[in-house]
Amino acid sequence: MLSANLSAIFYLISGVLFILALRGLSSPETSRQGNFFGILGMAIAITVTFLSIGNFSTGFVVVLIFILIGGLIGAFIAYKIPMTAMPELVAGFHSLVGLAAVFVAIAAFLNPEAFNLGSPGNIKLGSLIEMSIGAAVGAITFSGSIIAFLKLQGIMSGSPITFKGQHPLNALILISIIIITYLLCSTQSSNLFWILLAVSFLIGFLLIIPIGGADMPVVISMLNSYSGWAAAGIGFTLENTALIITGALVGSSGAILSYIMCKGMNRSFFNVILGGFGATEQSASSQNKEQRPVKSGNADDAAFLMKNASSVIIVPGYGMAVAQAQHALREMVDTLKKNDIKVSYAIHPVAGRMPGHMNVLLAEANVPYDEVFELEEINNDFANADVAFVIGANDVTNPVAKTDPQSPIYGMPVLDVEKCKSVLFVKRSLSPGYAGIDNDLFYKENTLMLFADAKKMTEDITKNL
Amino acid sequence: MEIDPFIFRLSIFILSIFIGYYVVWSVTPSLHTPLMSVTNAISSVIIVGAIIAGLAGNPNNIFNTSSIFGFLAISLAAINIFGGFLVTQRMLAMYKKKKKSK
Repeated sequence: MLSANLSAIFYLISGVLFILALRGLSSPETSRQGNFFGILGMAIAITVTFLSIGNFSTGFVVVLIFILIGGLIGAFIAYKIPMTAMPELVAGFHSLVGLAAVFVAIAAFLNPEAFNLGSPGNIKLGSLIEMSIGAAVGAITFSGSIIAFLKLQGIMSGSPITFKGQHPLNALILISIIIITYLLCSTQSSNLFWILLAVSFLIGFLLIIPIGGADMPVVISMLNSYSGWAAAGIGFTLENTALIITGALVGSSGAILSYIMCKGMNRSFFNVILGGFGATEQSASSQNKEQRPVKSGNADDAAFLMKNASSVIIVPGYGMAVAQAQHALREMVDTLKKNDIKVSYAIHPVAGRMPGHMNVLLAEANVPYDEVFELEEINNDFANADVAFVIGANDVTNPVAKTDPQSPIYGMPVLDVEKCKSVLFVKRSLSPGYAGIDNDLFYKENTLMLFADAKKMTEDITKNL
Repeated sequence: MEIDPFIFRLSIFILSIFIGYYVVWSVTPSLHTPLMSVTNAISSVIIVGAIIAGLAGNPNNIFNTSSIFGFLAISLAAINIFGGFLVTQRMLAMYKKKKKSK
């Protein structure tokens, strides 16, 4: 049996390894090593836990069986999941962290002796507060992530669900959570503990339903953050350094990602959380729907334009993921490169349904990461490029964000696609993007609309090159 | 007067938030998706609590209500640990640099 001090030191080591795991992600070269540090940290934490309990009876075998069951399921999912489904996967994983936090809190509440927290009905006050926070945040993470998962998976409509009195209701529930926590801590009543969990599940659900599909990058990042705070709450309860460090890391990581995503849309965090964005704007845009002329072309025209270009910038968006067009796109780019045409990729921070979504898809299609650029890095290059090839992106290219203060997306940083000599815009129809606003780019002199499925169009262009 | 151990844990927590802040800002945006999946995996270190809960039952009857919740949490966390690290590894393996010989 390991002494408490020694195991605490090992937990600290695994916490440090987790820091190194995140640190490794500062560049793709060091990232694989970072992931290894993460795995090592986890292995140490689990081993130390076993050794510190020192109970290798039947219970130990049962624990191993449960780890094995979970591990097999996890490994199976990890190998099977298509890269396009990464946002759903991450949302699903968040819900599991949340639920695990809830279960651990329940176990600790029912059997506080096992964790040295006192006896049932007489749990140390500090521990009870920490436990309640961990359980409540865990429950919110769980139900919120489930909704996010259903929306991303398309099982639930991605459009915001709003009803009258939504915000007052949410506020009321949040206040009641605080009151219930207070009462729980003063009475130690197990009924209140269950009520706290139920209400937290409910608020997680209510908080996410009004948020629209395209705000998912913020939602996923936010839930990422919540899962961290839940882990930290449980970490305080268990007095476990590894868990506290990890919780803090994950919590701040998710918060930073949410911030980056909000900035990418020029919206405040609260604006996103209060939700209902897509729904209100749609009606506004339908009022002035005049028919404006667009130029549309076919794969042949597009191939001609690209063949005569010396540099092409590709702007991928969520549509590329939906059409699974990333491989076809890379083949097209290969052909372009053979013709000595310079090709680079421009990625908007909120392209896709989660932070970095497009980068992963391009990496999957074997696009070297040093050809892929972020908005700030590449935005000045559009003016010197011959062709911009917009595939599956929409609002992030809309020049209205720079010109029309009335527009709901005004002020959002956009890719200066219209500065290119010509713009090829692959899209299925003229329908507006999620923000419900017309894209001025469609009607520009130098824009050629390619109305087709992104994957099919890309393949056709490659044939014509 | 002695300092409550809680204060030490709070110190670790606060300092870790700062470490997290600086470390995460240094993560390159193209790796934000692996960042999310790896943070997912490491936050499943909550399995530590689940194991303690699972093994807390008495030797004659290892399945009481509390330990059952522990066992369930073990499986949930294990899905995340294996799934999270493996999917991160799978993603990171795809990030390649341009071949110089072109």
